[in-house]
Amino acid sequence: MMCPDNPKIKEMLRTIGVSSVNELFSDIPREVRIERLNLPDGKCELDVKKEIEAILKKNKTTDDIVSFLGAGIYDHFIPSAVFSIIGRSEFYTSYTPYQAEASQGMLQALFEYQSLMAELTGMDAINSSMYDGATALGEAALMCARLSHKSEFIFPRTIHWEKKSVLDNYSKGCGLKLKEVGYNAENGKIDLKHLKELVNEDTAGVYIENPNFFGVLEDEIDKVKEIIGNVLFVVGVNPISLGIVKAPGDYGADIVVGDAQPLGNPMNFGGPLLGIFGCRKKWIRSMPGRVIGLTKDANGKRAFCMTLQTREQHIRRSKATSNICSNESLCAVATAVYLSLIGRDGLKKLAAINISKARELAQRIDGIDGFKAPLFNAHHFNEFVVSSSLDMDVVDEHLREHGIQGGIRLNEHFEELKNTALYCTTETHVAKAHDALIKALEELV
Amino acid sequence: MNYHQSRYDEPLIFEIEEGEPIKVPNYPIKDNMIPKNLKRKGLDIPTLSEESVVRHYTRLSQMNYGIDTGFYPLGSCTMKYNRKVMEEIAGWREVTNVHPYQDDAAVQGSLEIMYRLQRMLCEIGGVDAVTLQPAAGAQGEFTGLLITRAYHELNGEKRNEVILPDSSHGTNPASAVMAGYDVVEIPSKAGCVDLEALSSAVSKDTAVLMLTNPNLLGLFEKDVVRISKLLHDHGALLYYDGANLNAIMGITTPGKMDFDIVHFNLHKTFGTPHGGGGPGGGPLGVKKHLEKFLPIPSVEYNGSKYHLDYDRSHSIGKIKGFYGNFNVLVKAYVYIKLMGSDGLKEVTERAVLNANYLKARLEKHFDIPFKNHRKHEFVVDGSKLKERGLRTLDLAKRLLDYGFHAPTIYFPHLVEEAMMIEPTETESKETLDDFVDAMIKILNEDVELVKNAPYNTSVRRVSEVEAARNLILSMRMYEK
Ligand SMILES: Cc1ncc(COP(=O)(O)O)c(C=O)c1O
Repeated sequence: MMCPDNPKIKEMLRTIGVSSVNELFSDIPREVRIERLNLPDGKCELDVKKEIEAILKKNKTTDDIVSFLGAGIYDHFIPSAVFSIIGRSEFYTSYTPYQAEASQGMLQALFEYQSLMAELTGMDAINSSMYDGATALGEAALMCARLSHKSEFIFPRTIHWEKKSVLDNYSKGCGLKLKEVGYNAENGKIDLKHLKELVNEDTAGVYIENPNFFGVLEDEIDKVKEIIGNVLFVVGVNPISLGIVKAPGDYGADIVVGDAQPLGNPMNFGGPLLGIFGCRKKWIRSMPGRVIGLTKDANGKRAFCMTLQTREQHIRRSKATSNICSNESLCAVATAVYLSLIGRDGLKKLAAINISKARELAQRIDGIDGFKAPLFNAHHFNEFVVSSSLDMDVVDEHLREHGIQGGIRLNEHFEELKNTALYCTTETHVAKAHDALIKALEELV
Repeated sequence: MNYHQSRYDEPLIFEIEEGEPIKVPNYPIKDNMIPKNLKRKGLDIPTLSEESVVRHYTRLSQMNYGIDTGFYPLGSCTMKYNRKVMEEIAGWREVTNVHPYQDDAAVQGSLEIMYRLQRMLCEIGGVDAVTLQPAAGAQGEFTGLLITRAYHELNGEKRNEVILPDSSHGTNPASAVMAGYDVVEIPSKAGCVDLEALSSAVSKDTAVLMLTNPNLLGLFEKDVVRISKLLHDHGALLYYDGANLNAIMGITTPGKMDFDIVHFNLHKTFGTPHGGGGPGGGPLGVKKHLEKFLPIPSVEYNGSKYHLDYDRSHSIGKIKGFYGNFNVLVKAYVYIKLMGSDGLKEVTERAVLNANYLKARLEKHFDIPFKNHRKHEFVVDGSKLKERGLRTLDLAKRLLDYGFHAPTIYFPHLVEEAMMIEPTETESKETLDDFVDAMIKILNEDVELVKNAPYNTSVRRVSEVEAARNLILSMRMYEK
């Protein structure tokens, strides 16, 4: 209860013309009232901090364990300056820049994010963020349906099962039918023959992930493009790989999606993430989400503002291109800062390291009796599938005893991949981490 | 009036002189072979020194207005002050440096926070189960509508209509369409749901009614009990848009008002910062009969251990990757702990007091339709400004010169030249008085002066028309 004797409150009540705060709630019917919220009373900052510290201590961080998990969320190096900038409260306590004149900082930073991602992906326009890579894919499928007025969307089996479920949920509403294209069991790449069978006059769009969920680089992308012809081509990326891998815009993509978490955003137990969404100029008006445009102020000075808002829910309501309102802007600023700090050569080097280390680790695992890595005969980025003749449960348990978190198991979602796991390594894994894994695996033989 | 925002002719990051960048971790590259046809050609991103990057973004931040700068009465957005301790805790390595697929045993801390937050939100929402997965309010809506669909389908019913009032937020109809529904918009009467219009709209095709209470005019829908009965009698569900929860905590709950589904905007009511647009959090709560449809996984507790439970018989599956914006969830948890039962009620009382005080003071100078008390916000009708050749937009821009963020403008659509004002509970009487003084002063200012505002921001009035006419969304489009 607010202290009713506080003179300021009294004065406010007098101005309103009521005698108590309760009177302001007199229109709430008795039958819907509650006695009180059944929660403990508030605590001071010190006590709350201590309590939460005690709870969070039960977590094991990357400082405590050696982890080979990836599968959509990656532990990459983040320069301290990133946190310093996004920790500036002028940024993080602002909201959507509705008042452009007072929000040039956020607007310019987001324009720079859009520009940097456009350069990386080879698209003309990138929106100022989607929730994550999975929802960006869902939105891309809807955009293909909108643009083409066709009823089927083709996606590869080699995507994360969570993404597949999200895609399914996003597609349901407009009745878009999803068709899964298989992969080549030998090299893990998209099954071109199957793709050819699936593409037809009802195809609204085709999605390919590069690298795919197994870390495999899809290098027959030109053939994919040949097969799908003019059908809308959606490409999913891991943006770090684009330091050395060709921009999707250079191999025919119409829409690019992905997750920019690896570019300057921590793992955070799964979120927030940063959905990338970009497209070619001719499709811009059908794009979901917010976009920042470059313009002028009344003095002719360069300035920025939100633009193409007539696509958005607050204006267009049921005819909007998406329902998204709050997005992941601060993560986009983090990514802009990250890319500016790492720079051209840094990103190239990071991409190279991540390819090289994955290959090196796979070869070392492959050298151990009972293990095969990579399972697929292809070029990999960041991660690769390991298969084993041993029981993977036993392997995982053994690793756990050594303070190692093995890769994510695949068999539950890919029944054809028995006794397999997806292992990931990045620049944050020191040489000792690889050694520890190899040593532990060797003990099993 | 002595507000002056920083003003730099700040170049784009692409236009800054290149320098020696920070080093990336060193690792001997043995084999970075990639297929020939996948080799990248050029990469045109800048290479800069750390200090030039930091100075650039520091200057940009100084050209940005946040709650920490001043009053931010953006209606419907609940721009309350964000406690710093939330930021600190969310930055701990136990929060940031944990992978979502680590074994349950290695993430007991994260799971405990999530489990407890689920329980707290159940209490605040008056619901039986909560999913923390949705990334924002709009995604909560989408999730709730997919659940609605799954519920009716399981009952063997095909209901294809979502009813919502014309004052509803744009995300409501947009989410409904994304979930495959037809939207039936009903007119308001005296700012509230018109029961008659509602009765004639409800039918066996009605899947759900989406409502926020108090609504977007800040008015409490007094007929809520009759409304929920009407919908339930027709076999339809009720969805509560939780954007305005700040107005009812400790007084009533959506569950008590008989709503079946409710989303929470953590970045509004629960004081997590808005991040320049996000990230936020949009957990969704449901009554018992809908629990089985919630997304997977849920966080459960067996008396000694927390675990992720994927075993939900009729789950709609996933609506986003992983488990939600965990970092934001931590902040909301901290907030609720700090406030507690007593504090949350006080939040509501003060938010409502502040709104009504501001309304009472402004009423003498502006048209404020609907005479009843408001809850946490109210809408000003700015059409009278036209008599002087001004618009709400001009007033909003001029407010910036006085060091205030403008209210939400031109929404809700049913009030002409609308100005939607939500002061929140964290503002002092002095701030509110200063804001009123500025509003009144602007009314009496020279028309041309107001029309050409703002003057004290980092740029003068920005041309949205030019941005739309000559679309430049990236450096690539700039240079082309
Ligand atoms: C009434 C109302 N409903 C829904 C939303 C959407 O919430 P979010 O931005 O978190 O997606 C908002 C946000 O502005 C709102 O004010």
